[in-house]
Amino acid sequence: MIDFTKRAGFNLVGRHRAEHRFQWSGRFAIMTSLAFLAFMVGSILIEGSGVVRQWQIAVTVDLGPEVVDPDDIDAASFGRILKTGLMGHFPDVQTRREKKKLFNLVSPEGSFEIREQIAADPSLLGGRQTLWLTASDDLDLYLRGKVDINLPEKQRRISNVEIEWIKDLKQAGQTRLVFNRNFFTNGDSREPEIAGILSALVGSLFSLAVCFVLSFPIGIGAAVYLEEFAGSNWLTDLVEVNINNLAAVPSIVFGLLGLSVLLGYMGLPRSSPLVGGMVLALMTLPTIIIAARASLKSVPPSFKEAALALGATPVQAVFHHILPVALPGMLTGTIVGMAQALGETAPLLMIGMVAFIVDVPQSVLEPATALPVQIFLWADAPERAFTEKTAAAILVLLVFLVAMNLIAILLRRKFEQRF
Amino acid sequence: MDKSYISAKGVNVFYGDKQALFDIDLNIGAKKVTALIGPSGCGKSTFLRSINRMNDLIPICRFDGSLQIGGQELYDPEVDVVALRAQVGMVFQKPNPFPKSIFENVAYGLKIHGLASSKQEMQDRVEWSLKSAGLWGEVADRLDEPGNSLSGGQQQRLCIARTIAVQPKVILMDEPCSALDPIATAVVEDLIDSLRKDYTIVIVTHSMQQAARISQRTAFFHLGKLIEVGNTKDVFTTPREEQTQNYITGRIG
Repeated sequence: MIDFTKRAGFNLVGRHRAEHRFQWSGRFAIMTSLAFLAFMVGSILIEGSGVVRQWQIAVTVDLGPEVVDPDDIDAASFGRILKTGLMGHFPDVQTRREKKKLFNLVSPEGSFEIREQIAADPSLLGGRQTLWLTASDDLDLYLRGKVDINLPEKQRRISNVEIEWIKDLKQAGQTRLVFNRNFFTNGDSREPEIAGILSALVGSLFSLAVCFVLSFPIGIGAAVYLEEFAGSNWLTDLVEVNINNLAAVPSIVFGLLGLSVLLGYMGLPRSSPLVGGMVLALMTLPTIIIAARASLKSVPPSFKEAALALGATPVQAVFHHILPVALPGMLTGTIVGMAQALGETAPLLMIGMVAFIVDVPQSVLEPATALPVQIFLWADAPERAFTEKTAAAILVLLVFLVAMNLIAILLRRKFEQRF
Repeated sequence: MDKSYISAKGVNVFYGDKQALFDIDLNIGAKKVTALIGPSGCGKSTFLRSINRMNDLIPICRFDGSLQIGGQELYDPEVDVVALRAQVGMVFQKPNPFPKSIFENVAYGLKIHGLASSKQEMQDRVEWSLKSAGLWGEVADRLDEPGNSLSGGQQQRLCIARTIAVQPKVILMDEPCSALDPIATAVVEDLIDSLRKDYTIVIVTHSMQQAARISQRTAFFHLGKLIEVGNTKDVFTTPREEQTQNYITGRIG
């Protein structure tokens, strides 16, 4: 009788056990790393998701002609109007300290919001109007249950008397939770409830655009020349070694280079996406060149031989037959490099893109900041409400990174040629 | 001696320090098939690639001697390799159609050399080339499909069509059937035989039966030296040299 089972010997039991051990340890490793990833994304999501909505409170203000002159709206004191409106809701408040607390219920930007609402709808003028204004960050945190009211009064940002006022406002239907447009349409602000991501986002996009325009053609050109035309001698070897070294240079060094050469020597505008993009391009170039060369190398040499044997010039052979096949790989490498650049902070700090930017930049020459720098700035801010903004900004950055990688995958799928 | 079209005199080829060809004197007649046979590493492919100067692509490769086509020295500094290769086509061991449509594959040579002045002429010449390569009937209704969707034998005939589209004087073939099955091989062999009346063909082959079937002249290479050249029938039936005898009877190689 022949035994074809595990019991046949050949040390099969031990060998199978080793097999299982290894496979399970591999699965465990993957599970662990996935768990860490899920934990990170999950905690950021939980922390940042609250930013989608924010509280507003309704304040009835007097916009009569004696307060706001319809022909000269800007002359009116909207701060005064807002304060009077708030006092109107709580006539008992007398002391200076209490008044200050009362005014703090509404965002310090509240007076500008009144002005903007009038600009959007001039028919508001001429009498008493109830306007919805953004609540202050402390009030917003409280209303979302993020303030521990069991703490002693001195240790929390919102006092007992304020809690009473909020209760009154809530009962009177003067509070509401709305979609937080500020976060997506504003630039940075000292006030967390007003601060938005748009200026950093636009700054990042401008920088990436400059980075792409510079690094893609230069990188592809360098790779094609090195791979297909440059002979192999000590000079090309030196160039190759240095490209590989450059890919490993800490990014802050590129920032220093930008600071001394682009800003100091060439005098380009400080804090601008132009300079940011140029520095990022320097940083991305080695990545693109290495990826592009690998992609060129993977094209079977038979295409080039066939073209040359037909009497194509070397440039024709490369541009007609090698480049089209290598392009998807080159694009993938470029997008991966760009994604790296999108998340880069250190070199941007060196060239001044760490500035406090309120207005959305209109061109690559205007001062701007970038997403990772904005995250850094907000993480550093003392106001508690910025924690949430930081997490939300990280989410925006992650969404962009995932989108870019997705584009890379789709491009490769679409243009990949089998041979 | 037949009247020679391609003539090599004292050809030495080196790869770095290694000498691959030793003093080759070989005359190849026009409009016939000349087979280069010999064991692997004997230098037959090196010789073939010297004829359209594909060896130039190898930086360490050095050529010495005289190699002429129609009286024109190929390694003259005046010679432009692009002009040379436009008139000396090559078919490779592994079918290597471009990753483009069948039409584009054949039209490519015409395009880069500006050989077709109108769209109609281009289509006519592509059709003529595919017909000459015996492929037209199989691909006439699918010219837009990628060249590599064809079978191996069809791909190799597509490569031949691509080569003859620019109407070269000489076609070099480097083991064109080694990647094909016997049936596809027979079709390609018939094609080579029919091309003989218009083109001078030099073919490297590992298969002695193939050399016997399709060539009129055979040159036997061994260890970088040309051992024997003569009419195919004579070489295979009454070889002059013992090495040739040993090779064709399977004792070496």
